[in-house]
Amino acid sequence: MTTSNVPEIPLTVLTDEGARWLETAMERVRADAGALTALFPAAGRACGRGPVPGEPGWTLDEAVRARLLLALPQTGAELGETLFELYAHGDAAERLAVLRSLPALEDGGGLGDAGLPLVRDALRTNDARLVQAAMGPYAADHLSDHAYRQAVLKCVFIGVPLAAVAGLDRRSDEEMARMMADFAEERLLAGRKVPPDVWPVLELHPTLLTRIHALIGEER
Amino acid sequence: MRIFDPHIHMTSRTTDDYERMRAAGVLAVVEPAFWLGQPRTSPASFADYFDGLLGWEPYRAAQFGVVHHCTIALNPKEANDPRLQGVLDLLPRYLAKDRVVAVGEVGYDEITPAEDEALTRQLALAVEHGLPVLVHTPHRDKAAGTRRTIDVVRESGLPPERVLIDHLNEMTVGMVADSGCWMGFSVYPDTKMDVDRMVTILGEHGLDRVLVNSAADWGRSDPLKTRAVGDAMLAAGFSEADVDTVLWANPVAFYGQSGRLDLSSIPAELTTAELTTAHVTTAATAAVAAGGDYAGNTVLRGSPA
Repeated sequence: MTTSNVPEIPLTVLTDEGARWLETAMERVRADAGALTALFPAAGRACGRGPVPGEPGWTLDEAVRARLLLALPQTGAELGETLFELYAHGDAAERLAVLRSLPALEDGGGLGDAGLPLVRDALRTNDARLVQAAMGPYAADHLSDHAYRQAVLKCVFIGVPLAAVAGLDRRSDEEMARMMADFAEERLLAGRKVPPDVWPVLELHPTLLTRIHALIGEER
Repeated sequence: MRIFDPHIHMTSRTTDDYERMRAAGVLAVVEPAFWLGQPRTSPASFADYFDGLLGWEPYRAAQFGVVHHCTIALNPKEANDPRLQGVLDLLPRYLAKDRVVAVGEVGYDEITPAEDEALTRQLALAVEHGLPVLVHTPHRDKAAGTRRTIDVVRESGLPPERVLIDHLNEMTVGMVADSGCWMGFSVYPDTKMDVDRMVTILGEHGLDRVLVNSAADWGRSDPLKTRAVGDAMLAAGFSEADVDTVLWANPVAFYGQSGRLDLSSIPAELTTAELTTAHVTTAATAAVAAGGDYAGNTVLRGSPA
C-alpha cells in the first residue's frame, strides 16, 4: 500500500556530498522553481538510487526528488503546472517520482485537482510502472468514478497487482464488478486464463460471481 | 558471446528483434537519436521522440533482458530545417538525463552552414555536460565530410578519446585512426560495411578504439550483424577475448566515459567473467589515461560511488 508520506531520508544513507547536494538543491528550489529543470534529473547521480531503509518501495533518488518537489514555493494550479511540465519532460524515473509525490504535495501544497492531468497521462501509457505509481492515494481521492473503474480494469489487464492500488475498499462498486465479470467472461470464452485479481472484486457482488461460476461450470 | 550494440535504432524494430538479439547475446544497446524517415516539422515532435528514447523504449527493451541507453541530438539532416532550430534549445534539458550516455548523432549530411552551426553548438554542449559525442559521417562525399568533421572536433576542444566517428569504411578509417578518435563501423547487409570487410579491417588496424554496430533502423538492416561479426572474427582466427574486446569492452569503455552507463540489471555471471574483468579494466585504464573520469564512476553498477 502506498503511503501518503514521503519518507524521511535517514542521513546515514546519504554520503556527506549527497546530503550537502540535497540541502543546497532544496534551497535553490525554494528560491526558484525553475532550478528544478536541472536538479530533478540529477538526483540519482548526486544522491544514489539504492533502497531507503525502512521504506519498502522507495528508492533514494525517488525520495530525494520528492523532497525537492516539497520545497517548491507553489500551490494549487501553479504547482500543478510545474509538476506536469517536469513530468512531461521527465524520464521514467522522474515521472515515477512525481506521481509518487502527489499525495504529499496535496497535503503540503494544496494541490487539489491540479495533479490530475499527469495522473491521466500516466494511466494512458502502457508502462506498468507508471500505471501502478499513478494509482496511489491521490488518484483514489480525485479520479471520477468512471476513470477510477477504467484504471482498475487496466491494472488487471496489464498485470499491475490490485494490492498496490489505493482506495479499492471504498471505491469498488457494482459497476466495477460488472466490468470485471465481463472481462472474466471474455477470457473464459477465449479459453484464456482469468487474472486472479478479478476474484476479490467479484466476491463482493454474489450475483455476478454466480454468473461467472456458472460459465466456468459450462466450460468444464 | 556477449554483445553491446553501440548504435541501433530500436524504435524502428519489433519485439521479435529484441528476442532474437537477446538470444544471440546482445545484452545492451545504445540508441542514438536520428531521423525517422519522415521529416519532422516542429521541436515538439523531437521532445516526444526524446521522451520515447528515455521512457518507453528502455522499458520495452527491459522486457526482453536488453539494457537500453540513448544519445540525444539534433541530427544533421534535420538541422537544415529552420523550423527545427528550437530543438537545440531543448537539448540541455535532455542531456541532463540519467540514461543519456552521449551527444549524438551529430555531424554532416550535405555539409551546409546550418549543419556547421548545429555541430559546433552541440559539441559545446557535450563539453558543458561532460558527455562523449557520437558523430555520423555523410553517405555522400564521405571522405571530405569525415576530414572536415575531424577538424571541427579538434577545434571544439573535446579530447579525441571522447569522440566516436561512425559509419567508417576503407577510405575513412585511416584518418580517424590518426585523429585519436574512436572508430565506429556500421555493418549492413550490403552497403556501408559488410561482415567480411569488417574482419579484414580489424586484421589491418587492430582492435583498439574500434566499435562495431548494426545501426539497424527502418531501412534494410539486420540487428544481428554484431553477432555475425563476432562469429566471422572467430572463424578468421581471432580469439574469444578479441571478440569480447570489440563487442563488449570497447563500447563499455567509450560510453562509460559519460559516468551514466548502468549495466547493473545484467545478471552478474554475464558481467563478472574473468575475461571481462581483464578487458574492462584495460579499457578503464585507457579511459583514465585519456583524461576521462570513468574510474570515479561505477560503470558496471548503477549507484554513484
